[in-house]
Amino acid sequence: MSNRHVYVLAALLVAAGLGLFLYKTVRLDFPLSPEVASNAWEVEVKVEFETHGNPVRAELRVPASRGPLPILNEYFVSRGFGLTTTRTENQRLAIWSRSRPEGLQTLYYRALVEMRPTADQAGPGRAPELEKPDLKGADLVAAGAILDEAQQKSADLDTLVAQLAQRFENRSAQDQNIALLLDRHSSARERVERIVEILGLADYPARSMHGIHLAQVGRGSAELSHWLEVWDRDRWRAYDGATGATGDMGDYLIFWRGPGQLVHVDGGDRLSWTMTTEPVQMGGLTAAASRERLFSPDLWAYSLSNLPLATQNVYRVLLLIPVGAFVILVMRNIVGFKTFGTFMPVLIALAFRETHLLAGIILFSVLITLGLSIRFYLDRLKLLLVPRLAAVLIVVILLMLTVSVISHRLGIESGLSVALFPMVILTMTIERMSVVWEERGPREAVQEGVGSLFTATLAFAAMSSTQLNHLITTFPELLLVLLAATLLLGRYSGYRLLELRRFKVLAGGAG
Amino acid sequence: MMLALARRLRAAGVLGINRRNADFIAAWNPRHRYPLVDDKLLTKQLAIQAGIAVPELYGVIEIEHQIRELAGLLEQHGEFVIKPAHGSGGIGILVITGRIRKLFRKASGDFITQEELDHHISNTLSGLFSLGGAQDKALIEARVHFDPVFEAVTYQGVPDVRIIVFRGVPVMAMVRLPTRASDGRANLHQGAIGAGVDMATGRTLTAVCGNDVVTEHPDTHQPVTGVEIPNWQVLLGIAARCHDLTQLGYVGVDLVLDRIRGPLMLELNARPGLNIQIANRCGLLTRLEVVEREIGSLSTIDDRVVFAMRQFGIN
Repeated sequence: MSNRHVYVLAALLVAAGLGLFLYKTVRLDFPLSPEVASNAWEVEVKVEFETHGNPVRAELRVPASRGPLPILNEYFVSRGFGLTTTRTENQRLAIWSRSRPEGLQTLYYRALVEMRPTADQAGPGRAPELEKPDLKGADLVAAGAILDEAQQKSADLDTLVAQLAQRFENRSAQDQNIALLLDRHSSARERVERIVEILGLADYPARSMHGIHLAQVGRGSAELSHWLEVWDRDRWRAYDGATGATGDMGDYLIFWRGPGQLVHVDGGDRLSWTMTTEPVQMGGLTAAASRERLFSPDLWAYSLSNLPLATQNVYRVLLLIPVGAFVILVMRNIVGFKTFGTFMPVLIALAFRETHLLAGIILFSVLITLGLSIRFYLDRLKLLLVPRLAAVLIVVILLMLTVSVISHRLGIESGLSVALFPMVILTMTIERMSVVWEERGPREAVQEGVGSLFTATLAFAAMSSTQLNHLITTFPELLLVLLAATLLLGRYSGYRLLELRRFKVLAGGAG
Repeated sequence: MMLALARRLRAAGVLGINRRNADFIAAWNPRHRYPLVDDKLLTKQLAIQAGIAVPELYGVIEIEHQIRELAGLLEQHGEFVIKPAHGSGGIGILVITGRIRKLFRKASGDFITQEELDHHISNTLSGLFSLGGAQDKALIEARVHFDPVFEAVTYQGVPDVRIIVFRGVPVMAMVRLPTRASDGRANLHQGAIGAGVDMATGRTLTAVCGNDVVTEHPDTHQPVTGVEIPNWQVLLGIAARCHDLTQLGYVGVDLVLDRIRGPLMLELNARPGLNIQIANRCGLLTRLEVVEREIGSLSTIDDRVVFAMRQFGIN
């Protein structure tokens, strides 16, 4: 068989495995280590209004699902309403409609929002067309004056926005220009819209943003807060509407941009809405899995995290067996260790996961020693092979029971876990060890026994590493890489480490 | 340091297990030919057809039921050997050298009863000694009376000659001499001595016991070096023919020298061990590579034997 075939196959496997792995880590932000916990917030908008038997249409502006703070999960709750959602560049609308409802109506929108520390909220986009603000007469003059003044006191866009925001925020009673543009009781929303207009005069495309600071809302009714975005050469830059401060929006969840109200109802009255948020702790993995569902629905549908929980737990163990098998492969074919049975050490290592290492090794040694002595005694009875195996099996189970009962009496709880050793494996090990003992002497038998135990310990170490555990269960595609490595090792025809010692005498002399 | 050692071994042409498995066994021994050598009964029948001398077969026990007939079968034979048909590494071979009343004397001098003998065969049938534990057969065959040439360097048991044959060309050989430690068995794992053989003359070279180099037999204290195997060329010829018989490209041929019948073929091994290199103090790989280069010009068995004697002899 040509090596090239193996190399090509291995390369393909590595490419497929690593490709999927990188996609999941880089694009979907799957956590590489198990500790990363992700912050998430549950946001709930509750809308109430009265109806009087007329057709009703209620619009709610909801956050974009793939925005800078991704929506991992969302629910639209209503009774008897039809729901459609539409989205445009600046907003995403949830529209509830119903032909003739009566009385008080309640609609809920609930979303699970993930906080991602690296989220770059503004960033690039399409260059917008500049809309000249609709200002006339005295308004235009006042706005021009405010802009001139602010431009004189500022050096660049950041300082310009800051100047404007402060001027509106800290308005003095004497400031006629501001008074002309905004009345005394103007809302934060109106101030931001004015700043957007004035920036428009300065030929900066700008738009207002409306949303909430997740962390600042807490329980109870939330106020919308308003930011603005200004197009600066090649990207949008975000500014806090109240302070004009630039930069990181942090926990700011944008509901919509530009004009419009959060809720709009046709056919109902006495409209009111409340918004609540609540922090939710979720594992990084859960968040990533939800993200996977969001970004690649097809991938998610065929992924491990979509299986029933019980099955998932089985696979958490099964997926580790290849790792153990790989350790055995290295120990046998590269190092040259002798073990009982090819994969017996993997099964012993699996049992170690439950018994813990030291207790496992002690229990295993005790059982094998006791079993061997019984086996030697049985040998004198001249039994046939299968009855003898069955007899050893029965004895092994009795021994296990005895060890459990005695250790429990002595208060050594770890003795109970002896029940987790695969007894058939123990039986076969005892049988095989006794044959080797008889045929090749105690030295070889003990050597193979210790070799098996040592290999099992190594396999256990590999299989119980939380990091590795996490990597394999999160990225089962890494098994493809492992498979590739196995194939390559399958073509390894160099010396085994222990052979170097064995053939050492040949190294110098004859050639 | 280990890399340097590996490089030196490679330079000395030492063959490792991985390489043997991948480049020689997997490459040259077709899987479907294995049963011919794994089943010693088949090997025997094949050899008899081809006219290669083998130890005489007294009988075969194939099912538990037949063990009852064992005593009758053995009645006329004072000495015999019981072998599992699928054994490996000399495991499960029982040599009986004589009987006193109802007891059988083992090669080691210990006695066993008929009952123990039955139990041994029963174990054999249930696959205790076979590869993978499958059902097995027990062969009962004539005990070989080995040629006196090895008398002085053998402690009980039968010394045998292992010859590695690659693509029909004998490449390396060793004599395996039983010791007290090996319980009369000619198996290096079990403590037998392995002595390298000069391919040109059939004279023994250095010897190893375990991992130690020895010059004399540990039990008889006679020199093991310089013993000349008679009819060496005939032995090489038999070994080369065993390749043609089985079509196995990389095979170990085990031969014994019977005092009366001459060279007999004992068994074939499709996965011969690598200790032969230590016994000969010489790597196999270099010789295998020479064969791969030259095989085109070697058609007849005589060609191959002469080539081996000329090419792989010590001076």
